[in-house]
Amino acid sequence: MLELLWIIPALPFAGSLFLALLGRKLPRRAIACLGAGSVGICALLTGLVAISFIGHTSSHSFTYTQTLWSWLDVAGFGPSVSLHLDALSLVMILVITLVSFLIHLYSTEFMIGDADYSRFFAQMNLFVGSMLTLVLADNFLLLYLGWEGVGLCSYLLIGFWYGEPQNGYAARKAFIVTRVGDTALAIALFIIFTHLGTLRIGEVMLAARDTWPAGSPIATVTALLLLAGAVGKSAQLPLQTWLPDAMAGPTPVSALIHAATMVTAGVYLIARTNVLFMLSPAALTAVAVIGAATLVVAGFSGLVQHDIKRVLAYSTISQIGYMFLALGVGAWSAAIFHFMTHAFFKALLFLGAGCVIAATDGEHDMFKMGGLRKQMPLVFWTFLIGACSLSAVPLITAGFYSKDLIIWKAYCSARGSVWLWAAAIFGSLLTSMYTFRMVLLTFFGPLRKNATKRPGWPMSLPLVVLAVLSIAGGLVDLPKNFGGGSALTKFLTRDLPSFVTAPGRAVHQGMFGVFAACVSLGGILLIELLMRSRMYEKISESPRAKALHSFWFSGWGFDRLYDLVLVSPYAMLARINRDDVIDYFYTGLSRLSRQGWRGLCATENGRVRSFVLGIALGAAIIIGLAVFL
Amino acid sequence: MILAGLILIPAVGGLLAWFTERFNPARPKFAALAAMAAELLAAVYLAAFRSGSARFVVPWIPRFGITIHLYCDGLSLVLVLLTAFLGLAAVASAWTEINERTGFFYFNLLLTLSGVTGVFLSLDLFLFYFFWEVMILPMYFLIALWGHENRVYASCKFFLFTQVSGLLMLVAILALYFLHGQNTGHYTFDYIQLLKTPLSHSAAMLIMSGFLIAFVVKLPSVPFHSWLPDAHTEAPTAGSVVLAGLLLKTGAYGILRFVLPLFASAVRHFAPIAMALGVVSILYGALLAFGQRDLKRMIAYTSVSHMGFVLLGAFAGSRLALYGVVMQILCHGISTGALFILVGGLRERLHTRELDSMGGLWSAMPRLGASLMLFAMASLGLPGLGNFIGEFLVLLGVFQVSPFWAVLASLGFVTSCVYSVWIVQRTIHGPNTRGWNPPDLSGRETVVMAAMSVLILWLGLFPRPVFTAVSPFVENLRQKPQSSAPAPESGRTTGVSRAVRGRTP
Repeated sequence: MLELLWIIPALPFAGSLFLALLGRKLPRRAIACLGAGSVGICALLTGLVAISFIGHTSSHSFTYTQTLWSWLDVAGFGPSVSLHLDALSLVMILVITLVSFLIHLYSTEFMIGDADYSRFFAQMNLFVGSMLTLVLADNFLLLYLGWEGVGLCSYLLIGFWYGEPQNGYAARKAFIVTRVGDTALAIALFIIFTHLGTLRIGEVMLAARDTWPAGSPIATVTALLLLAGAVGKSAQLPLQTWLPDAMAGPTPVSALIHAATMVTAGVYLIARTNVLFMLSPAALTAVAVIGAATLVVAGFSGLVQHDIKRVLAYSTISQIGYMFLALGVGAWSAAIFHFMTHAFFKALLFLGAGCVIAATDGEHDMFKMGGLRKQMPLVFWTFLIGACSLSAVPLITAGFYSKDLIIWKAYCSARGSVWLWAAAIFGSLLTSMYTFRMVLLTFFGPLRKNATKRPGWPMSLPLVVLAVLSIAGGLVDLPKNFGGGSALTKFLTRDLPSFVTAPGRAVHQGMFGVFAACVSLGGILLIELLMRSRMYEKISESPRAKALHSFWFSGWGFDRLYDLVLVSPYAMLARINRDDVIDYFYTGLSRLSRQGWRGLCATENGRVRSFVLGIALGAAIIIGLAVFL
Repeated sequence: MILAGLILIPAVGGLLAWFTERFNPARPKFAALAAMAAELLAAVYLAAFRSGSARFVVPWIPRFGITIHLYCDGLSLVLVLLTAFLGLAAVASAWTEINERTGFFYFNLLLTLSGVTGVFLSLDLFLFYFFWEVMILPMYFLIALWGHENRVYASCKFFLFTQVSGLLMLVAILALYFLHGQNTGHYTFDYIQLLKTPLSHSAAMLIMSGFLIAFVVKLPSVPFHSWLPDAHTEAPTAGSVVLAGLLLKTGAYGILRFVLPLFASAVRHFAPIAMALGVVSILYGALLAFGQRDLKRMIAYTSVSHMGFVLLGAFAGSRLALYGVVMQILCHGISTGALFILVGGLRERLHTRELDSMGGLWSAMPRLGASLMLFAMASLGLPGLGNFIGEFLVLLGVFQVSPFWAVLASLGFVTSCVYSVWIVQRTIHGPNTRGWNPPDLSGRETVVMAAMSVLILWLGLFPRPVFTAVSPFVENLRQKPQSSAPAPESGRTTGVSRAVRGRTP
């Protein structure tokens, strides 16, 4: 079965090409079948590949590489188009194809009224294909192709409804901001190739371990540049600003960006290049600190948003922050575990939000919703499950197992500290608060807007499946204390370094877990109390809170800062220099010669008097020169 | 023989086109199309059945050591293929745009193409200069006669810039000719002979600057770029396609073929300045492009930015960068050519090039929208499309030599992204405020766009044939900088060149 690996990324690409070329002539049903079908077959195939891959458990470090064709071969630079399957990429493609398929299925109904039905599926398929290429790439150049491909698709899909100028703005912002990170990644690739002589990821890791001493500046610079790339794609500080605006796209697009593709690329990149980060403790610490800072900052911003999708966007930034924190403390497999559970519950939440928005005629403002619990029971219950999983409600949700693992490891890791743990636990409180604020505003309270539409089966089925996964997804890595065997961690440790515990900190895991559980439940209770007793409104109306509110609301002023420092000056420079200051030199030259011509013309005035004067002067000068020189 | 044919086919086709206008003004375009199709077939034949290499030597003015020495290696081959392909696209793009003096138009267009082909094939410096002039004059007429509003100013500016710099090159060629003659006793314009001219450092620097100014003006690089936006903006579509796709490439070709091998040590000396100019062009061109209101002018400035990569890579002195430069030349020719054809199509439909009056055109013209999106992405260097290979290899090669310039030039990834998405936003995205509802691409335009799209994708995913073709040139250049051109292979031609060499003034 493993030989069929190439079909997995090829199918969505083929679907995309086909739909792009012929889509406009096809009926909607055919487009839906093609668009969702290609990804569906992809998911099935991935399952088969996974079974046959896991069948090879006899050898512990089994990986599978498939070379499709030689891409370039110049002057010792010979990256090929090759796919590489190991435990890490297998887990990634399983989650990506499954969640993407569910989102595609959902979209077949969600987008049915849109005029550009085929364009939508063409771009969605391209998105999935790019992400699969990114994850399966055997070398950095192919990874970069997928990396830029998801950037392009995010641009196309965020700006899908291009008629609105602000959608175009959001799309451009996403593309350009992530491109800044991409450029850093490209520079990292230059360094890697120049110093290690190859771009094949496996060889690079081995060569780096052999030639770069731990803590050497070159390893640190490379790791930091990779981190910059990851930060751009994964919307972490300081390049997180594009993600909240990315809400401009259709809701399934948001689900795809947040759950299956794009934003998790950064997490994957760091996990994939773990050797480089292990060589540079400074870079690894930077990963952890960025993650911790981001999860808190985004948590605050999520707490004050009005737009339901923006709450979810900030929650994504925050949850990816957890994954970065996990990577930074060396809990590699915990990060991937959280990626998986997050993919399930975040896709669920976005698709649920999509149902709500569709039912309320495109209303995004949670304050204009409310009471939808009774009107949309299926959406409510599944959304509630997603929210519980996001808030890490203990024992029953998948999010609890993955997040609890990260919070615990932020403390007990050899690279961990109390501060990182405190940030994580505080973030967990914020998560519960903003999540249930959203749930309460949307589904409880008085009915403000009637739900006009009930989702049909293509929209409902993904909700149910994802809800089940948001609960049961935790089982794959159930820790020993709960009677599991940490299967996922064991599986991933084939390719990822194992976790190192700090001496003396490995005690009291149970106590820490109970505390974390209390915090997340406490957050839910707290927001419930605040909202019920109208304290929340009172607090948010005091002047000092208002200032803080608008500061958080605007994402801590990052947009304003970048606008002031980068965007406006560049645009102004371009505007001022529209006529190209260098051209003034040449126009000046031509003007000068024209003036000279005018001046000489003026002497040709037909008056004998001035001619005689000219002759006399000329003669005088010549005689003078002859005499004095 | 086939090489002479490659140069003559467009010229003869042009004459034929001019001639057929007497019978029917709609006839010349068919003659031109047929000629360019024949040219493309001939070039493909050369590539497929003659493994892309050929030589043609006939004495021309033996008294002064001038020969018609045509030579085709991998580098020339890919450029001749590009010329034939873009020539065909240019003829197709003028199909409905040009309705006045059609015969003379196609005559000029094809004569330019003939001159460009000659430039890519000449190994005699006098002949090279001859073709250099052949391509400039008809282009002047194309702009001055069939251009837009400000055509007289633009064509004069184009002519003065290229002519003055061309004269400097002539002086340099003559200086090289006489220096070689004084040193060795026989006077010749033959490139292979001149390669062996021993030059003092100062003489090499001086002569090199003569060549370089001509090539850099053509490229163009900051600060000699200001003719380009005017010429591109005012030229008719076919003129812009040939100008951006081919004429700029002659500058790049000149640097690769003549400057690098002839003046190897002077090049090393001058490299930091050239690389700095390249980086400045990349960033400054992008800034200028972003600020424009006229779509055609905007795309013209992006050429300045892209050709900066060529200058940067050519002088880096790394093989990877040289491969990247060749790729960049090809892909920029196709992508910018395609963008100009699209803008020409837009202008024909909307009668404006102003960005302010466009917007939201994708829904009305999905085929044009998709093509514009694809080539805007090519222009920002999206992996999978050819331009990425070129830019990435250039930067990778430069990084090995000078990380500083490479990192600075990498910022071009961001600036190119900024102007590319801005082009998309102002044309096909955004609200359709004027209520445009023009017809989508016609069958003819669709075929052209499809061919160009396939080509740019092919170059991005399977670029190896190009690298295989140019690798003898690049490897020679790096190994023995003083004798890059291979010796004549057949006995007959050797005899002729020996006979030519014998007779010197």
